[in-house]
Amino acid sequence: MTADDFRNQLLESGVLVDAGSPGLYHRSADYESVIRGLESYVRTGARDDNPQRLFFAPVINLETLIGSGYVGSFPNLIGTIDSFDGDMKKLGEFRGRFDAGGDWFELMSHTDVALCSAACHSIYPLYKGATLPSDGLYFDVQANCFRHEPSLDPARQQSFRMHEFVYLGNPEDALAFRDRWIVKGRQLLGDLGLDLDLVPANDPFFGRGAQMMAEGQLEKELKFEVTAPISSETPGSISSGNYHEDHFGVTFSMSTHDGRVAHSACFAFGLDRITLALHYAHGLKLEEWPNEVRERLALS
Amino acid sequence: MKNMDEVIREVLDAHGRLNSSPYSISDDANLYEHGLTSHASVNVMLALENSFGKEFPDSLLRKSTFQSVDAIREALVSMGISADEFVGGAK
Repeated sequence: MTADDFRNQLLESGVLVDAGSPGLYHRSADYESVIRGLESYVRTGARDDNPQRLFFAPVINLETLIGSGYVGSFPNLIGTIDSFDGDMKKLGEFRGRFDAGGDWFELMSHTDVALCSAACHSIYPLYKGATLPSDGLYFDVQANCFRHEPSLDPARQQSFRMHEFVYLGNPEDALAFRDRWIVKGRQLLGDLGLDLDLVPANDPFFGRGAQMMAEGQLEKELKFEVTAPISSETPGSISSGNYHEDHFGVTFSMSTHDGRVAHSACFAFGLDRITLALHYAHGLKLEEWPNEVRERLALS
Repeated sequence: MKNMDEVIREVLDAHGRLNSSPYSISDDANLYEHGLTSHASVNVMLALENSFGKEFPDSLLRKSTFQSVDAIREALVSMGISADEFVGGAK
């Protein structure tokens, strides 16, 4: 089945509803029940860490987005937010131009908020300048994320949910956390009957320097992706484990208890991609999914 | 008046975030082993372009181009910049 065929099936069955832009969908109650089931299911992998749970809004502070490094590395994927901020005189001009079908966008102003690119970005500014406890900090976070990559492939949505487990603290513990989660995450996803692979990966860096960043990431094995067929037989990433080294520690001046620059790592579950991969593997009707999968996701 | 090597070391000092002083390491020392990250190497690349007023061609935008002072000098010379006569500084 091609991604086009799968998209048509999802739309015809009402699992997804076209929301008017490529890669933007409304979702059915059944689809959402899988998302909710996954949220609880993947948390079983974090029991020993007793992480702090936080739910981030889809809109974040602009400084948080800048601090993430996304503006420099992926300007093509981010979303900033404009609004009208003018006086009555400018409002008249705005209305005139809007009514006449003119370019009203250029009369808008930048705001100090932006769309969230990745869930874990909102954690680090909370600890700016902090000295972290000797055991480090563990988080379980979720966010609605945005990536500007319009596509008709349902696997590539512009607005999607990310559930991440994050460690912030000692360099050696950050790498161990990431590696532990790669094993746990793969096990959890494999138990849902998905055909998985684990591959070293690089982020889709943009512009000059992209090749250098990608080479560095691959050579040092900073990023691994768990892949599965999502909307066609070609596997795509449904989860990733990332070791950020001191990237956020330097940006937000965070130190370990013994005075070193803090390191961080995360394991991210792409909830929408996993949900699609489950539909691809087990069919569009939840009642026809294998019993053990339904039980693990608490689909009654 | 500064020569090319002085500017390279100034740029590494300002943008390389190395774990040892760029003034104390040898020309052939592997900068990545001295703590140069990929992120920092991109900043070093941009700062060198600012300092020398010339862009690295795509073929040189690789990690290996920035792995030592020797490698950086070789790349800059291959771009037609003289190793001896240069006025300017790290920006």
